[in-house]
Amino acid sequence: MSKKQIAKRLLQIIIVLLGISFITFALTFMSPGDPVRNMYTATGVMPSEEMIQETREEMGLNDPFLQQYTRWLGNCLKGDFGKSYSLNRPVTELLAERLWPTLKLTLMSMVMMLILSVPLGMLSALYKDKWIDYLVRGITFLGCAMPNFWVGLLLILAFCVYIHAFPVISSAGDFKSLFLPALTLAIAMSSKYTRQVRTAVLDELSQDYVIGAEARGVKRSKIIWQNVFPNSLLPLITMFGLSIGSLLGGTSVVEVIFSYPGLGNLAVSAITSSDYNLIQGYVLWLALIYMVINLIVDASYVYIDPRMRLKE
Amino acid sequence: MLELKDVTISYKNVPTVQHFNMSMKQGQIISLVGESGSGKTTVIRAILGLLPGGGKVTAGQITLEGEDLLAYNSEKWRKLRGTDISMIFQDSGAMMNPTKKIGSVFTEYILTHEKISKKEAWNKGIMMLERMRLPAADNIMNSYPFQLSGGMRQRVGIAMGMTYQPKLLLADEPTSALDVTTQAQIVRQMMQLRDDYNTSIIVVTHNLGVAAYMSDYIIVMKKGIIEDQGTRAYILKESQNEYTRKLLDAVPSLGGERYV
Amino acid sequence: MKKNRFLQNKTFVVFSILALLIILAAIFAPVVTGGVDPLKGSLVDALLPPSKEHIFGTDKMGRDIFTRVIYGARASLTATFGVVALIFLVGTVTGVISGYFGGIVDAVIMRIADMMLAFPGLVLALAVAGIMGASIKNAIIAIVVVSWTKYARLARSLVLKIRDRDYVSAAIVTGSKTPYMLLRYMLPNALPTLIITAATDVGSMMLELAAMSFLGFGAKPPAPEWGYMLNEGRACMQSAPWLMIFPGLAIFIVVVVFNMLGDSIRDILDPKSE
Repeated sequence: MSKKQIAKRLLQIIIVLLGISFITFALTFMSPGDPVRNMYTATGVMPSEEMIQETREEMGLNDPFLQQYTRWLGNCLKGDFGKSYSLNRPVTELLAERLWPTLKLTLMSMVMMLILSVPLGMLSALYKDKWIDYLVRGITFLGCAMPNFWVGLLLILAFCVYIHAFPVISSAGDFKSLFLPALTLAIAMSSKYTRQVRTAVLDELSQDYVIGAEARGVKRSKIIWQNVFPNSLLPLITMFGLSIGSLLGGTSVVEVIFSYPGLGNLAVSAITSSDYNLIQGYVLWLALIYMVINLIVDASYVYIDPRMRLKE
Repeated sequence: MLELKDVTISYKNVPTVQHFNMSMKQGQIISLVGESGSGKTTVIRAILGLLPGGGKVTAGQITLEGEDLLAYNSEKWRKLRGTDISMIFQDSGAMMNPTKKIGSVFTEYILTHEKISKKEAWNKGIMMLERMRLPAADNIMNSYPFQLSGGMRQRVGIAMGMTYQPKLLLADEPTSALDVTTQAQIVRQMMQLRDDYNTSIIVVTHNLGVAAYMSDYIIVMKKGIIEDQGTRAYILKESQNEYTRKLLDAVPSLGGERYV
Repeated sequence: MKKNRFLQNKTFVVFSILALLIILAAIFAPVVTGGVDPLKGSLVDALLPPSKEHIFGTDKMGRDIFTRVIYGARASLTATFGVVALIFLVGTVTGVISGYFGGIVDAVIMRIADMMLAFPGLVLALAVAGIMGASIKNAIIAIVVVSWTKYARLARSLVLKIRDRDYVSAAIVTGSKTPYMLLRYMLPNALPTLIITAATDVGSMMLELAAMSFLGFGAKPPAPEWGYMLNEGRACMQSAPWLMIFPGLAIFIVVVVFNMLGDSIRDILDPKSE
């Protein structure tokens, strides 16, 4: 990717972020819940009508929409996403604290997913239409139909309740508490990923250069491991980037099941308690992270694939 | 030196080439001519033991210097490919891994057949490119296939194919993707190979002009069966076969030497 | 001819029958469950393991799980079909308009679509559902808001493909009216691919809805809904695992059936894709 393209993408990210900030703010503005009431309820105070009006005025909630939006946006740009009503702490601080556990969970599940899906996808492709291919395809098909929260619950049932191998409630700390949530995510994703690996490898196997190498007498194993395999990983890099992003957002369900103290769990509780500042902050943060990761992936792709790098 | 006796090749039990006979001497150039789907490519792929998915020689015999190739196991056959029998394609560049440099493809090939160091293999590649009179061999080795022109890629393909001075060179439409001037260059270079190394060459082409220009013997195929065959002179001048005449009429300006 | 193509595909026949059975079971839930009330139970019967009387057991309010699973199909199926139909409608209309008119309309719609694509879907869906309050209706809206773009892009590209063909230009030049053009040429051209996409999307939409309900942003208790039942079952997983096994199994089976059905429809309408 040229510098110009990167600049264009950065600009695009800014525009998208602006759009998302506008949408989320508009949504909260229109929402039926009253943040002031929520705030008081969270602290256990039964506010009088007067108190509510006073606080509304104080917080600027009676100003016109655009004024509120620009003020809020200005604060966001300074890194101040406001205060969480329900937890009574700055949003930025909360998010920063929860980001690392979720990142850890994401990376761990990505690693597990690769361990599961790359060999299975390869096997399936190399033995296309043999029994092993049918088996892998069957399993991945069923895997795609399993709700991931159900997988998580079944894993808890198996490993925690019956075998007692893991604690039911995980704290972010050790490997043991990370294992089951990560496995849950990995199982759900690797079904899709295995199929994509299979397609990518099959695509690559049908390329002319495979015949060329065979005609030169190159060993089949060499063709597969040193040519087909590395090449088929190229298209997977993009998908990998995309899935890191969607994982960061998709961990909520699993985090809730395992009571894992990550971003997703935080978001769910923010949503349940109508903690709008926190929701907005969460959405914007994730959008930013997601898009930056995708940009990095796309940019790196260009360095890995010579066809992209050397193209005029 | 190469003998095909009553060969039948089938895909999924449907014969695509039937009763194919051919006898070849060392240093001979034979052309297989026909339209696409006539089975000409299938024949040379069978000689190389590289029939694509599900193809099989179901009857007949293929012998190279008295050795029965069909009795070979896959490992024996693999060792034959790229050494005693080489193949060049319509676009030799497309037959190389696009994410690897030509030097890397070349050394991978050499190291497959010889136990030498990477450095020696690289030098051998350079030597081959130079022997085929390719300019700036170092540059070529450090380029990706898609960075070279079509003619250049084809010459690199030939250089690779000639590394072990094969007894037999198979060429599958070697000039079809090139412009007319480059076509002429490649054809002449292949004829030079025969003169220099006494290599036998089988050229598969749909262009009777190319075949007529370079080969000693021409086999015309149609729908998997030999329709007509004979020496160049016979095919060009004497043959009364309707199909052959039709193919000849399709070649532009066959009057002088401009066959190519 | 067309009818034959569908009937000749064994997978399609088998799984459309199964899908039909599921739908019928949902519609005739009272008959299937023998008139048991899914909302009422007696606390005496709370948390009974599966037995002859309650083949899937009972929950902590003593309600029959089997009955609730069957009734739950109503909520899941209607919500899922609602989502798919809405996404299909919204996406197709915006996509066709965007592709046909081009210009500013196209630019605006596509930028919005880009924005949605540049964002993890579930996050936004959760935020939307959360801000608007938890209900099935809001969960549906939330998922539609984040998913329509896929269809819009698809419809747009399909329309663009034929807009510049000669016969279309000829029709425009000879004065065909815009609505006629859209209905006569653009829509029929885009429909098959869009239907394939919709058919293969039913399963994943069902999973997303279930996830929303599981998190408490969909169906409200005491209505029987599979995702929410799993949520309830989670609390007593150790003592009464049947509470979470059967609703999960129900989702799993229904998704498998609809995925197989979707895949077979794709194979029939678009044989190239295999």
